[in-house]
Amino acid sequence: MDSCRRRVLQLLGLSSLALTATPVLNAFAKEAEHAEEPKPVIKPNKKALTAKQWAMVIDTRKFESVDDVEPLVEACDTIHNVPHLNNKRHEIKWIWEAHYHNAFPGKAGRFLSEAVEHRPFIVLCNHCENPPCVRACPTKATFKRESDGIVLMDFHRCIGCRFCMAACPFGARSFNYRDPRPFIKEINNEYPTRMKGVVEKCNFCAERLALGQLPACVEVSEGRLTFGDLYDPESEVRELIRTHYTIRRKQVLGTEPSVYYIV
Amino acid sequence: MKDKKFIISGVIIFLIIAAFPFWYNRGKAAPAPELELTAKAKAAQVCVRSTEFMKAEHMQLLDVWRDSVVRRGDRTYVSPSGKEYNMSLSNTCLDCHSNKAEFCDRCHNYASVRPYCWDCHIDNPKENS
Amino acid sequence: MLELAIKGGKKYYGWMTFLLLIIGVGFLHYLWQLDFGLGITGLSRDTSWGFYIANFTFLVGVAAGGVMVVLPYYLHDYKAFGRVTILGEFLAIASVVMCVTFILVDLGQPMRIFNVFIYFSPRSVLFWDTVVLNGYLFLNIIIGWNVLEAERNQVHYQPWLKPLIYLSIPWAVSIHTVTAFLYCGLPGRGFWMTAILAPRFLASAFAAGPALLILCCLIIRRVSNFDPGREQIQSLAKIVAYAICINVFFFLCEVFVAFYSNIPEHMDHIKYLFIGLHGHGAYVPWMWTSMSLMTIGIILMVNPITRQNEGVLAVACVVIFLGTWIDKGLGMIAGGFTPTPLHEVNEYIPSVPEILIALGVWAMGFLILTALFKIAVGVKEELHD
Repeated sequence: MDSCRRRVLQLLGLSSLALTATPVLNAFAKEAEHAEEPKPVIKPNKKALTAKQWAMVIDTRKFESVDDVEPLVEACDTIHNVPHLNNKRHEIKWIWEAHYHNAFPGKAGRFLSEAVEHRPFIVLCNHCENPPCVRACPTKATFKRESDGIVLMDFHRCIGCRFCMAACPFGARSFNYRDPRPFIKEINNEYPTRMKGVVEKCNFCAERLALGQLPACVEVSEGRLTFGDLYDPESEVRELIRTHYTIRRKQVLGTEPSVYYIV
Repeated sequence: MKDKKFIISGVIIFLIIAAFPFWYNRGKAAPAPELELTAKAKAAQVCVRSTEFMKAEHMQLLDVWRDSVVRRGDRTYVSPSGKEYNMSLSNTCLDCHSNKAEFCDRCHNYASVRPYCWDCHIDNPKENS
Repeated sequence: MLELAIKGGKKYYGWMTFLLLIIGVGFLHYLWQLDFGLGITGLSRDTSWGFYIANFTFLVGVAAGGVMVVLPYYLHDYKAFGRVTILGEFLAIASVVMCVTFILVDLGQPMRIFNVFIYFSPRSVLFWDTVVLNGYLFLNIIIGWNVLEAERNQVHYQPWLKPLIYLSIPWAVSIHTVTAFLYCGLPGRGFWMTAILAPRFLASAFAAGPALLILCCLIIRRVSNFDPGREQIQSLAKIVAYAICINVFFFLCEVFVAFYSNIPEHMDHIKYLFIGLHGHGAYVPWMWTSMSLMTIGIILMVNPITRQNEGVLAVACVVIFLGTWIDKGLGMIAGGFTPTPLHEVNEYIPSVPEILIALGVWAMGFLILTALFKIAVGVKEELHD
């Protein structure tokens, strides 16, 4: 009946008006209150290092045995609270040693010299310029930072779907299949651990770069690793790439990895 | 109506069960928690923001901090009073408030809030080192 | 109409109780998984997707298979299928619910699932998969429920349902295409990087879905007064026959491409599955069983004498369902991850808790399916009284 419907509509209108009254009044009150207070400002640390695209050059000729690799892995694992799990299925690795045939499958030739056959290669996340893992993530929990090109993980947002792990052509990512805390040898208080159910990987030591320090593996590498801005023509990494023959992993896929290997 | 006895007795039983928290805990209301400040916190006198702001919005502030640090890499926070802080839960907040059990946990336990921050962020940096 | 699902005989309640027990066991194990983490499964750093996602992929196919009853009836006026469209739609609902549950069960942080909607990422295929699966679920619920209710009240269904029904047909194709796109767009996984993956998924779906539907129809005929119809079952069987032939043909195409080109990276995944690689060969007996089952299925389905014998037809459907499940479920996932991008072989075997949780999800799906079919059959029986 018409009068019934009219009553209902009138009631609805009045109710919505009443409901919006409080928030609107509150908003005005808030503005008046905080009108005089200066707003907080967020800014980068003064010493922070910046680049258009961070890149790393690894001089594989300077790696002779696993003794040259261990300090790098140790440094990364220690400062980032990377756990050491006994069960190989649950292992977490950010940077590790691989054989030539595993680091560069399909590329490694035959009849190589003994030195090259036994040379340790280090592998890590390549922080690609065109990362398939970032495309895959349904929540942008893994993202490529616009300011400096590092591919980072936001552990607060990750839902643990592991699509990024399937997408990565380099096997660079690890998943926390269980709580990692019991397996961390010595907790570094200045960096958080992770919890079960999220994916993690090398982050090019973004937290160190923000304070003006080079990545830990670069620092302990005694010159074997070089780190710098790929798009700065004067940088050391550009110099090395210009003067040496370098290869990148699975270059043909077009992900544009930022880690170059001098061979 | 049919089955009047069953319906009414069913409603009464439901009301008793639903109101269980109220009548079981009558007269046992827990008092509001008392928070203890460490010596360092007392000496600092003021937190990153005012006490009223922190009481009402410390969670939102931490949200802003985490997006800024993780997603943009900006780590310095300049409060309205002009003081600069490093945006870190474990290393700034817990630096002064290192007594999590007597400070943070008191209110969280009272309100039955269980923030999962501590699954990752170290909750006792001073003890660990 | 829901009251039709809670009125049943002893066998009905017995079956539902049995399913509830399996669900209970699965649920308890899931609580363990929530507490401990996904470490209770057989998943590893190298094989990060396993039994849960395998079942999810297979069930998206079964859900899409429901379109094979809807399409001929609504688009081509094949009146015979009018009796059974509701069964196809209800099968789709139960399957999609299982799919979504398998995803939830597989997540490392399931309480954050809404992040997918809050921080939606249009470039992620997983986002689109969520959209199309949920959309298909709602479409089928709305269409199925309203059409059935109209039938019960012996009126024509509301006209606004027609465009939704037409929409559900390409939508069904899209759910499985998008699921295939999850896999075939990943640059690091050669086994999945093939244009024929989406067509193969659809072919396998149109074999498995209608095969399950045929089995359900035969069971319905036995336990109720509603007969879906001999002609309807035979038409479905012909669809299954064509689909399973195409599925096996597509697979043989893959084998030719890999082995005639002789590219190691392409051959390695198929070698791992069918003859083993680097000393690992746990999947070899399973894959050959799958191939045998699908071949037997083809012979029984294509041959009209065996197809028209409904006893043999039932066996053929079981055989095809199992064969496609192994092929698309186990084979495709394990084969994609092994060997790894670093060319290592770390074998993945699902663990017992993982299997129990998966069984719990299947039982939940069958619970929903049974309840929905009870309602549909109840309405049909009412009308014929």
